[in-house]
Amino acid sequence: MSKEKSELSLSSRLESVEEAAFEAEKFARQSGFDDDALNAIDMAVRESVANAVKHGNLLDETKRVELTFENTSNGFEITIRDFGKGFAVEDVPDPTNPENLLKANGRGILFMRAFMDEAEWSNHAEGGMLVKMLKRR
Amino acid sequence: MAELNITERQAGDITILDMSGKVTIGEGSIALRTTIRRLLGEGKKNILLNLGSVGYVDSSGIGELVSSFTAVNKESGSLKLLNLTQKIQDLLAITKLLTVFDVYDSESEALSSYS
Repeated sequence: MSKEKSELSLSSRLESVEEAAFEAEKFARQSGFDDDALNAIDMAVRESVANAVKHGNLLDETKRVELTFENTSNGFEITIRDFGKGFAVEDVPDPTNPENLLKANGRGILFMRAFMDEAEWSNHAEGGMLVKMLKRR
Repeated sequence: MAELNITERQAGDITILDMSGKVTIGEGSIALRTTIRRLLGEGKKNILLNLGSVGYVDSSGIGELVSSFTAVNKESGSLKLLNLTQKIQDLLAITKLLTVFDVYDSESEALSSYS
């Protein structure tokens, strides 16, 4: 039987990226999502957790990355929260602009938007960044 | 097992890197960076990355491909890509990098493009 909601709290290290992706895939598979959706969810979770660990919590292992996965009537809903300083997503340069094409970083948000049906970023009321993503069924 | 395995072959003055595994944040990206730096240090500036057996690339891996490309260009060399999987092609299309990289499906065509 599939669960409706799952919560995960991970430390701020790169290994957490793999762990989060594994748990997200397991939850989404149990919730009946197809392989295309699983691939998209895997990619988006990896990117968002990598951002939270590296750019949000700055690899400070005393700070957690908190995730929720939820199987709702809308689809597969994911939240990822870090405890960093936060940022304004509209200030992130578009990596597909010709002037940014050869930059080494800055494509994670583009991938999250490309692979999920909805993705939004906000500053959490109690600090840190909150990312909400949806993959429709 | 390492995230990314890289095997090196030489075809004239072109170095072919047969890559398998993942080019992702952490170990996989670092392995590629280290190899490219070493090759440039050895004066090997014509590099062909065979990505046919690379099953997974994330945004860090794409960034590492771009960094490799710019590092090789800076040394007046040439870095090209061979055997992209559909997944990697999709990522390069999303990032508009298909217009930046020289991409080949055939090794012989890729090799002759250096001359």
